[in-house]
Amino acid sequence: MSILVNKDTRLVVQGMTGSQGMFHSERMLEYGTNIVAGVTPGKGGATALEKPIYNTVREAVEQEGANTSLIYVPARFAADAIFEAADAGVEFIVCITEHIPVMDMLKVRNYIDKKGVRLLGPNCPGLITPGECKVGIIPGNIVTPGPIGVVSKSGTLTYEVVFALTYRGMGQSTCVGIGGDPINGTNFIDVLQLFEEDDQTEQIILMGEIGGNDEEKAAAYIKDHISKPVTAFIAGATAPPGRTMGHAGAIVEGDSGTAEGKNEALRAAGVKVARHPEEIVDLILG
Amino acid sequence: MNLYEYQAKRLFAEYGIPIPSGDVARTPEEAMAIAEKYDGKVVVKSQVHIGGRGKAGGVKLAKTVAEAGEHAEAIIGLDIKGHITHMVLVDQLAPGGIEKEFYLAVLIDRAEKKPMMMASAEGGMDIEQVAHDTPEKIFKVHIDPAVGFKMHQATYLASGMGLDKSLWKQFGKLTSNLYNCFVSSDASLAEINPLVITGEGELMAVDGKVSIDDSAMYRQPKLAEMADDSIAPESEQRAKEAGLSFIQLDGNIGCMVNGAGLAMTSMDIIKLFGGEPANFLDIGGGANAAKVQTALEIILSDPKVKAVLINIFGGITRGDEVAKGIVGALEKIDTDVPMILRLAGTNAKEGLEILADANLPTAETLSDAATKAIEAAKG
Repeated sequence: MSILVNKDTRLVVQGMTGSQGMFHSERMLEYGTNIVAGVTPGKGGATALEKPIYNTVREAVEQEGANTSLIYVPARFAADAIFEAADAGVEFIVCITEHIPVMDMLKVRNYIDKKGVRLLGPNCPGLITPGECKVGIIPGNIVTPGPIGVVSKSGTLTYEVVFALTYRGMGQSTCVGIGGDPINGTNFIDVLQLFEEDDQTEQIILMGEIGGNDEEKAAAYIKDHISKPVTAFIAGATAPPGRTMGHAGAIVEGDSGTAEGKNEALRAAGVKVARHPEEIVDLILG
Repeated sequence: MNLYEYQAKRLFAEYGIPIPSGDVARTPEEAMAIAEKYDGKVVVKSQVHIGGRGKAGGVKLAKTVAEAGEHAEAIIGLDIKGHITHMVLVDQLAPGGIEKEFYLAVLIDRAEKKPMMMASAEGGMDIEQVAHDTPEKIFKVHIDPAVGFKMHQATYLASGMGLDKSLWKQFGKLTSNLYNCFVSSDASLAEINPLVITGEGELMAVDGKVSIDDSAMYRQPKLAEMADDSIAPESEQRAKEAGLSFIQLDGNIGCMVNGAGLAMTSMDIIKLFGGEPANFLDIGGGANAAKVQTALEIILSDPKVKAVLINIFGGITRGDEVAKGIVGALEKIDTDVPMILRLAGTNAKEGLEILADANLPTAETLSDAATKAIEAAKG
């Protein structure tokens, strides 16, 4: 098994005909992801990469049975795209787009919570179940199937660690990038819970970063609810306070959100904490 | 983006929140001209993007015009935790004095995924300290963004912090205005500290702090104009124009990385292995050759930089694009600073071939790259 995406995923790509949408849809098809349709308003009736393009997500759901949506739409239209996917009845929405205004995401998050739809992102690399399905931009050539579940706030940091795992012969069940925006969908706890319930996953890697308190909350959750071994790394130990480090959510304010505080909380929950990404693999090998 | 106090208060005023009369001055003469309008009874306040102005001598009360001029003289040029004062706000003292001070703010509660309004009778204090020592003195309400701020929430805050009933109506209007201001401005924080009751029994925002969401600047043209980029180092201004996320640090190993998390991690590993990073630089997703070239030029403009670590893990960013950018940039930049390059992920193979053709040194893993960069920086 795996979590969230697999062979049964029927994907619709919102913004498929844009340059990024096309580039990564091609990579996903190469990987074997079952893309059933694309959506670009005004281009309904066309085809791209031999897949039908619809004007609306609703049509893609009705005509092609899409159950998951992937969003590559530019930031100023992305919140609307998430609302559209949620209303169209897909079960799972993955939003890659970065720089969506927080005020828009507040409305989105409160809306989809009431609807009971799962969102991953925005500003995330998506997720991949090695050998089965890639939804987003995680490079397919660095993953391999296996027993380790990976959840991370950062895209390229995820690649770094997955690359190191694969390099040393350790495969992954599913790799999930939740993104580093202050308001997003699926969080660490949601993914930890899924990994705990997943038979294939034997160990979990959690990668966080400075800012907010998601990692502290994840630590508390791990202590009470996770029986599988967890190894963690927190990026940003050297970040100066008061400066946003790229991700809108990555900022140390006063004493809150520091890497040290997060590491301590994780250690107290019995999590092995690595000092740099490659050390994660050393800790797992024990 | 942070607004200066005077900008924040003018924004409040646009939404119907009472603020003191006043204006900004860049010279003591200008400050005296403003003070004259108020018979010299003013407060002169440093305009910098940092807290703790009062303790640093950046806020002074005046009783006469001459005194206001002296204060402005002392405060203009004052260094407050590395922020130089270029401007002072000269505000009329609250009419009839200040009876009582409160704290009021709207911010985004990341945990609850909702805007939150906080109020406390402990006005004028460092609210983090109050939250730490006496959390029961802070009253909070969460606001459903689809519903908006409701009057019963204002009542809860007012009664909780012990505001006199005669002021509840005024407070209800003010809080509702503050929430509108917060939402309409795409703010991540709108804080009034202190909110005062004047001697004439009116509520007034005598200090203000507003942060605007950078991602929303495209629809906030008026606020975008208020941005003061002149306070950032030149390299940071240039990076911003090029769409790069860059922060200047003090070390000697320049870093160019794609992705914020990996950029932070690259800094962390340099430090962990005994080096000092010179900067944080995230070239972002989909970085093309031109962007990479600008990034490299910005890094090399810092004379302290003795080596550059380039760590690109391709997802959206394609390895061959990055490699072309590096080779192109090095053709145009005359430098003998050693570069340590690492490429992996999307189109990494093509990228590595381009780098190999140009005889540039590469590293396979991040720790390998960091070790080599630290060695290279030692000379």
